[in-house]
Amino acid sequence: MHEILTVLESDARATPERIAALTGIPEDEVRAAIAGWEADGVIRRYKTVVDRDRLGDTRVTAFVDVTVAPERGRGFDDVAERIARFREIRAVHLVSGAQDLRVEVEGSSMKEVADFVAQKLSGVDRVTATSTHFLLRRYKDDGQLLIDPEPDQRLSVMP
Amino acid sequence: MSPQKPLSRVVEAMPPSGIRKFFDLAQTMTGVITLGVGEPDFPTPWGVRESAIHALTRGATTYTGNSGLLELRELICADLEARHGLTYRPADECLVTSGVSEGLDLALRALLNPGDEVIVPEPSYVAYQPCVAFAGGVPVPVPADPAQGYRLDAERIAAAVTPRTKAVLFGSPSNPTGAAQSAEDLTALAALAAREDFWLVSDEIYDRLTYTGTHTSTAAVEGAWERTVLLNGFSKSYAMTGWRVGYVCAPEPVAALMHRIHQYTMLCAPHVSQVAAIEALKSADPDVTEMVADYDRRRRLFVKGLDELGLTCPEPGGAFYAFPSIRSSGLSSQDFAEQLLEEQKVAVVPGDVFGPSGEGHVRCSYATALPLLEQALERMGRFLEARR
Repeated sequence: MHEILTVLESDARATPERIAALTGIPEDEVRAAIAGWEADGVIRRYKTVVDRDRLGDTRVTAFVDVTVAPERGRGFDDVAERIARFREIRAVHLVSGAQDLRVEVEGSSMKEVADFVAQKLSGVDRVTATSTHFLLRRYKDDGQLLIDPEPDQRLSVMP
Repeated sequence: MSPQKPLSRVVEAMPPSGIRKFFDLAQTMTGVITLGVGEPDFPTPWGVRESAIHALTRGATTYTGNSGLLELRELICADLEARHGLTYRPADECLVTSGVSEGLDLALRALLNPGDEVIVPEPSYVAYQPCVAFAGGVPVPVPADPAQGYRLDAERIAAAVTPRTKAVLFGSPSNPTGAAQSAEDLTALAALAAREDFWLVSDEIYDRLTYTGTHTSTAAVEGAWERTVLLNGFSKSYAMTGWRVGYVCAPEPVAALMHRIHQYTMLCAPHVSQVAAIEALKSADPDVTEMVADYDRRRRLFVKGLDELGLTCPEPGGAFYAFPSIRSSGLSSQDFAEQLLEEQKVAVVPGDVFGPSGEGHVRCSYATALPLLEQALERMGRFLEARR
């Protein structure tokens, strides 16, 4: 059944009919499995991987390492959830290492991101320090290489 | 005056590969979707390439010992033990070659005396019968039955055995049919080989690319080990065709003779490719698993698509080929392939290049990106529609 998800992860537009042809799982079972996963929240949404550089998108992304003073009984959960609710925040992960949370911030300009970090993120209760790394170029995103594919050098007919 | 004495009669008598003509024709055209390629469309996994680059910087530019790097032979033997329960000694029963192509040539030259017969189940890989002839042997083609999924039928083979029969040479999974031979059929063949005293030359280059069951290695069936020459390599499973690295495993007496030819003709397989092969065996199995899963999805979609076009084939259990019958089109396989290429720009390989019994079929490789496979099916549909 995970075969169905493998197909959907590489092509969110694959129809149940096509998934059935690719996996050999009957179409009605494919439909039922997908409906089940959608209901359970296993499938959160269907997305498109966009190469923003190629699009000419000038939005700015930064990865911010956040140090947090954890709360008795709740650990990092409350702070992480408060941070995650900001519209500007694209991702929040609790990580091992010197800092606690690694978050992804997006804004229309460097100044906007900088202002967000300085005024909002660092002001969240129990956030004690931040360290901001602006993204310069994406080479691979979501498992998708964004550099040019290698040319197919195979000859057209070979034994 | 130009040289008058005849060139090699054996080679001159051998017609050039029928694939060549198609290749030349396809080369002159643009926009061709090719299902004619016998190699993966994936590049070699990056970790393997990275290790080779690193090895070059450290000077892996020399000859290696004739047998190949010991670490590689140890890994090959451990891999065969783990996957197929086969025991070969790295020291003297395993030889690293420049691909299965070299291994095939070595095996035949080590086994054959002039006039020895080698039974080749057909349709067969294009090199088998010429290599038998080049080694001084006589190829004896035995057609397999498409209605039985091209299984190796010991009874059919027995009917072709003579006192001169020295070996049966076959590939499983097969290029061009995709047929993967069962343990039962291989056991029956091994029993026949023991009774009639001949060798089994088993090309298992597609052994990791199986979809409907697990691969049975010929040497692993009862009574086969001591009369089997196992040919395998890295080209197909690990997408490493251009590296030219493979191996042969065989009992010591025949391995020693193969080693002797190899040391005088090839010296050794490319050093950097051997390093890459080591890395492949150590770390690239997850890449293989992903590629196999991808081939399997394409296989299902493509075989179903062919079937809907009336181009039926037995379900291919391995490799990355479908070998559908094109009899419903009323065309010969050469005409079908030529007209399909000219009218719809889809390249397939006419089945008769794999032996006369391949007539009425074409070989289609599904080692082709999914969107292209789907386009190819559409074009083939239009081609057939125009003939209804």
